[in-house]
Parts: sequence; C-alpha cells; structure tokens
Amino acid sequence: MASNFTAAELMVVAAARQIHDQEVAFVGMRLPLLAFCVAKRTHAPGAIGLFESGVIRDTPAPELLFTMCDPPNIAGAAGCGPMSTVMASLQRGDVQVGFVGGAEVDRYGNLNTSYIGSWREPSVRLPGSGGAADIACLAHRLVIIMPHERRRLRPRVDYITSPGYGDGAGWRERMGIVRGGPSALITTLGVFAFDRGTCEATLQSCHPGVSLEQIERETGWPLVVATDVHPTPEPTEEELSIIRAYDREGFWTRSAA
Amino acid sequence: MSKLLSMREAVERFVPDGSSVLLGAGLEGLIPFAAGHEIIRQHKRDLTLLAPISDMLFDQMIGAGCAAGIRAAWVGNVSAGLGHNFRRAAEHASPRPIEMIDYSNFTFSLALQAAAQGVPFLPTHTALGSDLLLTNPDLQPMESPYGGERLLAVRALTPDVAFISVQRADVEGGAHCWGALGVAVEGCGAARNVVLVAEEIVDHDVILSDPNRILAPLFRVSAVVHEPRGCHPSPVQGYYGRDHAAYHEYHEQTRSPEGTQRWLDEWVYGVSDRSEYVAKLGQGRIGALAVQDHRTAALVDYGL
Repeated sequence: MASNFTAAELMVVAAARQIHDQEVAFVGMRLPLLAFCVAKRTHAPGAIGLFESGVIRDTPAPELLFTMCDPPNIAGAAGCGPMSTVMASLQRGDVQVGFVGGAEVDRYGNLNTSYIGSWREPSVRLPGSGGAADIACLAHRLVIIMPHERRRLRPRVDYITSPGYGDGAGWRERMGIVRGGPSALITTLGVFAFDRGTCEATLQSCHPGVSLEQIERETGWPLVVATDVHPTPEPTEEELSIIRAYDREGFWTRSAA
Repeated sequence: MSKLLSMREAVERFVPDGSSVLLGAGLEGLIPFAAGHEIIRQHKRDLTLLAPISDMLFDQMIGAGCAAGIRAAWVGNVSAGLGHNFRRAAEHASPRPIEMIDYSNFTFSLALQAAAQGVPFLPTHTALGSDLLLTNPDLQPMESPYGGERLLAVRALTPDVAFISVQRADVEGGAHCWGALGVAVEGCGAARNVVLVAEEIVDHDVILSDPNRILAPLFRVSAVVHEPRGCHPSPVQGYYGRDHAAYHEYHEQTRSPEGTQRWLDEWVYGVSDRSEYVAKLGQGRIGALAVQDHRTAALVDYGL
C-alpha cells in the first residue's frame, strides 16, 4: 500500500466512484455515508442519496455522520419521512446503485451479516440484515464494501442475508428477484466486478502496493483475474482532502473500518 | 381527557411480563432509552423486543435478562460494532436463551404496516432468495394472483405496546414528530397500545396548529409520558445531538457479563428515574450535546 492514504480512504473513494452523476443511490451504514459525500462533492454533484431511516438528500451532509439519523443528515434534507417511502422507491426500481457491507461474501456476491456457523447454533451471531437484504434484492446495482481476509471471502457463505447471484447464472430469476445483483466488490486489497455470464467475482484491480499473490492468499475461492487487471486508481488530492475535512479524527478512515 | 402518566406508571400498566414491545421505531434516532431502562428497573421478563434497528438499547435489555425473543432487522451497536450481550445470549444462552426472528428493515416495516391496515399480510419483492426465510416463519413465498409472479408475503405484526418518542405532545395524545420517522407511523397504527414519550408537553392548540405534522390519530394513543432527554444517547432533532462517546463506552464496558452488570448498576439500577439519569450525566455532557445552530422551518399558513 502506498504511504499517504489508508485502505479505508481508498475504499471510500472507490465506492464514491461507483455513484454516477444524476443517479439515485441507496446509502448504507458506515463507509458509504462518507462515500456519498465524496461523490457529491466531486464527480456526481447531481446524485441523490436515500437512507433507510427515511431521509433523502440532494446535498452532502455538512459534517461527519456516525449514523444516518444524525441531525446533520436530517437538517437540509430533500425529504424526510417514513422508511416505507424510500423502500417503496427502492422496490419500484428508482434506485440505480446501493451499498452494503458484509462480514462474509462468496464468489457469487452472496453476503452474510447474520450467522457464522449453523444458524441453529451459531459460533458468532452478527447483527443481521438491517436494510442490506432489501438493497441487495431491489437496487439495479449492488456495491459491496468489506475487509479482505481469507476467512471473510469464502467459497460459500454460511447464511445468505443479502442475495448476490446465489449459485450462479439464472438463480436470481428462479428466486423471483426482479432485478439487480452485485456489480462491484471493493475490499481493503482490490476491486472485483461480477462476470455477466458466470456471475463470478473477477478481480479488476489491486490497490497500490498490493500483489496478486497477496490477494490470492487472502481469497477463499479460486481467484479469477480480469485480462486487463490493473492498479486501483489512487485517490486524488481533492478526494483525500474532502475525506479528511469530514473525518478529522479518522473515526471511519483511520481507526475503524 | 389527559393521558399523562409517569414512565413508571406507563411501564407498570402497559408492559406485563411476556408482552411484545416496540422500541426504537426511528432507527438510530429518537430511541426511547428511558422506556427501556424503566422496563429493566421493573425487572420485566419474557418480553419479545421489536424494532428495525434498536441501536444498543436491545443489547442492554438482553443483558438485563428482560428478553425471551427478538424480532428485528439488526441488533448491535451501530457506530461501535457488535452487541456483546446479544452475542452472549444468541451464542451461549447467557443470561438466558433468546428466540431470534430475523427481518430486513423493509419486511419489518411491511409487517407493521399490514397490522396497521388490518390485513393478514402484505406482498413484496424484497428478501426473496435470502435465508431470512429460514429464520423467520412469518416471511412466506407466494404466487401473485395476477400473473403468477413469485412474491413474499410478510405476515402482520401487532406489538402489544409501542413506545414512540416525539419532540412534543399534548396530554390527549396529539404529537408532532420530525426528522427520520423510520417505522413510527406504522408502529402507532399497528400496536395495541401506543405510549408517546415526549421531550415537551404543549397545549392541544399547538399541536392542532400544524395538522400535517401530527404523527398519529389521538384515538391510537393510550398514554403520554413527559420525559425530557428520554432518548439520550440517541439524538432528537432540534433538541440534542447524538452522544457518540456513550455508545463506545458501553461497547468497551460490556465485553464481559460482569462489566454489563456494573454498567447496569451504574446507569439503570443506580438511578430511580430519567431525571436522576440526566443529573448523573451532568451539565458538561448535556451542554456538549445542545443544539448550536437552530434551523427553524418556514412558517406554514393554514389560513382560511
């Protein structure tokens, strides 16, 4: 990893770049809160953010958010009401891109944030879905953000909280899922896209200073690498200064995440 | 008719052992921590706790042994991480086993909405393909009668009681609430009893001055509790901010069951009510959360 930014900062920037201008984005907990602000202040000034608490924003929050219900996310919002309003938009198909984090992910982008081990007798009980299952089922594109460790990138997750492509092509259709599916998996080491044919995660880029061998070692499935695999573009000075102006203490981008 | 009760009276009257209790309808804001703490102080048992995301309140009630079941989309500590007491209960049945019924936020909202509308279920496209269907018997796939597409039927969920925090209420049960509403409207429509927990009590005329902002019909409200700072450490828009440090202190202090007991002794059993809790927080901490930059909305003219 190059020296002048953290893995979390790079992930925030990579996530922000998944939001295109004028898109409606469903913003999840933690790092995506910051990614939306960075996107709004750089390449996607016309993006709209939906938050599952019921908040709609067309401007970035003026200060760092710890949760989506913090007062700075509500003052000056472009809408604020029941959860059902933003969930209705998500279900109807108004949301182009949604963000979720995970404890475990597999090669088809299925996410587990519920139970490690058997759900009847879990070795670890995780917090659960929140809005993640809804975003994974109903957004046109799903962007997954998580730490890259072999125990987290598993051949098969123990429990599918948020559906990716199940066991491969055609699975979402068989389940009755109306659209969408994972489009990117952003980790602390690299960025994956999902192959349109096989639905498998394919490594697109390695973060600066990270080797293919390191990613292979930390990935729990046989790594598929894109023919044009390249280094993840570094954050620009502008992007870093925006992140640091928000996260002055490094709460999300230096200590946690 | 005044429905004003103290929090102690409201919990005594509306939270019998074994009941289902909706707390935290506003997700990470407007969480009625004062209600949860009074339920703990009164040693209520065998409750089923209901919320989309309760932030750390449910972890406290689980650690205190109040809960036999949880129906929720997310249980933990939003800015600090996992809930240690939730984990101990789910993984080791400590201090007691709990039955977990898993929802997503949307399916939880739909479950309350179905109850609020008096129908047995509502159909949705969400959560199909998710293993939530394995750990929630009230999410059943169905076929649309109009064309046969696969849908999910979310069964109605009727809380015995909902504690709903609001900025201001009158004694009859009229209330204004603003900010992210989460499932507060659906909760008021669904629950057998609704207890409003208000930062301020105002005249009925103040509530009637802005009918669009009224949260629920008067006849849905069973009781009104006046509880200033009743949501600390969660935020109340226009009244106080989120006490982020409190979530992290709790997270560190509850890594062991003994630590949890010490935390409960200090912050719940060690005070007799919310006003003592607020006094214990102290002026310094309270002052730091005060609203610095007031932003009032434009006037609304309901003139004739």
